[in-house]
Amino acid sequence: MTTGLPGPRGRVALRRRRHAVRCGGPDGAENADDLYGAAGYNASPAVTGGAAFALYLTIFRYGFRRHATYWGAALAGAFTNTVFGFLRAYVLIALWHARPGLAGYDVTDAITFCFLTQGFIGPMELFGGGLDLAQRVRTGDVALDLSRPASLQMWALADDLGRAVFLFVARSVPPTLVGAVVFGIHLPGDAATWAAFSASMTLGVVVSFGLRYLVAMSTFWIVDDRGVQSLSLVMTMFFSGMTLPLVLFPGWLGTLADALPWAAMVQVPADVFLGKRDVLGALAFQAAWVAALLAAGAAVTRTARRKVVIQGG
Amino acid sequence: MLLAVTWIRAAAQYPLSMVMLVIGSFLVTGLELAAIALIFTHTASLGGFTLPEVMFLYGTSGTSFALADLLFGNVDKLSQHVKAGTFDAMLIRPASPFVQMAVDRFSFQRFGRTAQAVTVLAIALPQLHVPWQRAWMVPLMVLCGIVLFAAIWTLGGALQFLLTDAPEIANAFTYGGGQLTQFPLTVFGTDLVRAVTFIVPLAFVNWQPGLYVLDRADPLGLPYWLRFMGPAAALTLACLAGLAWRAGLRRYRSTGS
Repeated sequence: MTTGLPGPRGRVALRRRRHAVRCGGPDGAENADDLYGAAGYNASPAVTGGAAFALYLTIFRYGFRRHATYWGAALAGAFTNTVFGFLRAYVLIALWHARPGLAGYDVTDAITFCFLTQGFIGPMELFGGGLDLAQRVRTGDVALDLSRPASLQMWALADDLGRAVFLFVARSVPPTLVGAVVFGIHLPGDAATWAAFSASMTLGVVVSFGLRYLVAMSTFWIVDDRGVQSLSLVMTMFFSGMTLPLVLFPGWLGTLADALPWAAMVQVPADVFLGKRDVLGALAFQAAWVAALLAAGAAVTRTARRKVVIQGG
Repeated sequence: MLLAVTWIRAAAQYPLSMVMLVIGSFLVTGLELAAIALIFTHTASLGGFTLPEVMFLYGTSGTSFALADLLFGNVDKLSQHVKAGTFDAMLIRPASPFVQMAVDRFSFQRFGRTAQAVTVLAIALPQLHVPWQRAWMVPLMVLCGIVLFAAIWTLGGALQFLLTDAPEIANAFTYGGGQLTQFPLTVFGTDLVRAVTFIVPLAFVNWQPGLYVLDRADPLGLPYWLRFMGPAAALTLACLAGLAWRAGLRRYRSTGS
């Protein structure tokens, strides 16, 4: 049975803040207090240094391989992203034909922006999701994740980066190529811009992860995460530049949108690609949001850890 | 119907989430309109059409799309059901699998979307001063639009009998169709307009009948009588979709999971 929502019984269990786990803790401890009470928040000392790096690298590779199993689905996604790229491109072309040079873009810039950002949908998971964390919180499986001797957030990040690398190949490259062949796009001429774009794209994916992690963690408090998901989708689509390039937003709305984290996911990497933005400023802006979101994620994880009670037995 | 009510009650078990879902659904579509409004802050006409005219096209397409989505949108979840094995359970129940698919996880928040599109239409119509001799077309085109979108969703569902691993292909036609018809088709290339007139008849959702309501000449010079072909196009596509669904169902082999 795969119903998305826990039935009434699951709900009662969560109300009591008890996530039943069928096995004992790592040292055979059966009582939750032994695990999380006196010993602080971590069940076992967390791995650090080189060992941690090796661990996260392994998870990263498994994340990549897990998603690389579904080539067909990824290419279907790329097809759909490309079709929507055409629809968006025609609207932008009509606008830029009416107002040539609007907002410092020419028609080709607008087309490039359109197909490039359609390609962002996969790696950045702009429609939400990509993490199975929310589902694991609902079912109680997260108790296992929390008892691992590694940071829950870093574990999820490593897995998510593996996913993003695969989806970049499968879902970012095809729409951009089709856009280049059918309409013609601006490609960066020098290696420095390509390097800056790679850095900007990576930071964008981490910002996207930070936001999605917070959305998933909200499941600890409100159980059904679909409401938060849908609000998050609204903010992402509008303030990232997917609905319309942020350069078209007038006055204070444009200033606001440019400062919010969603800009770091779509508008900023696209501008770096087009060479429309000071590279160091763009990367610093993204890095600041990465730091803020990961710190918030770590704080939320600590609070959530206190909330979870593992039922032994 | 009973199933639909049950799913609404299930969602109401999480009140905070339910409120956010409805707000989110209203806002998502509201933002589409905000995007159109933002475009018109930069230009007075898009593809030769003014803001009230585009709002009229948006409102009619949005109403049809939202109602079709409300009633049949879940049909495109077929591949998930096949993979999870829940489709087999539907086949052995004494009710049409199509109806069971349609009401599964019935999401009432799509009412928010319908309300938004109807509001836009209600704002746009008075500004256009359409005489009642032509306004009779509006309810008819919305109805035909619902049938057309529902048929496309069904075709998308039927396609997933073949492409179980690639359900997203169907989105290009369902959601893509919804997006396409929000704008005057003059925005898009001529070849694309011909394709959505004669192959996937999306032009009959609101473009051809919309030209009649707005009393505009066809920018592509297609014959005048095409404007009244909405019902015929809807009926044809619905029959095709029905046949495709049946063919898919007959071809279906359970994985045994």
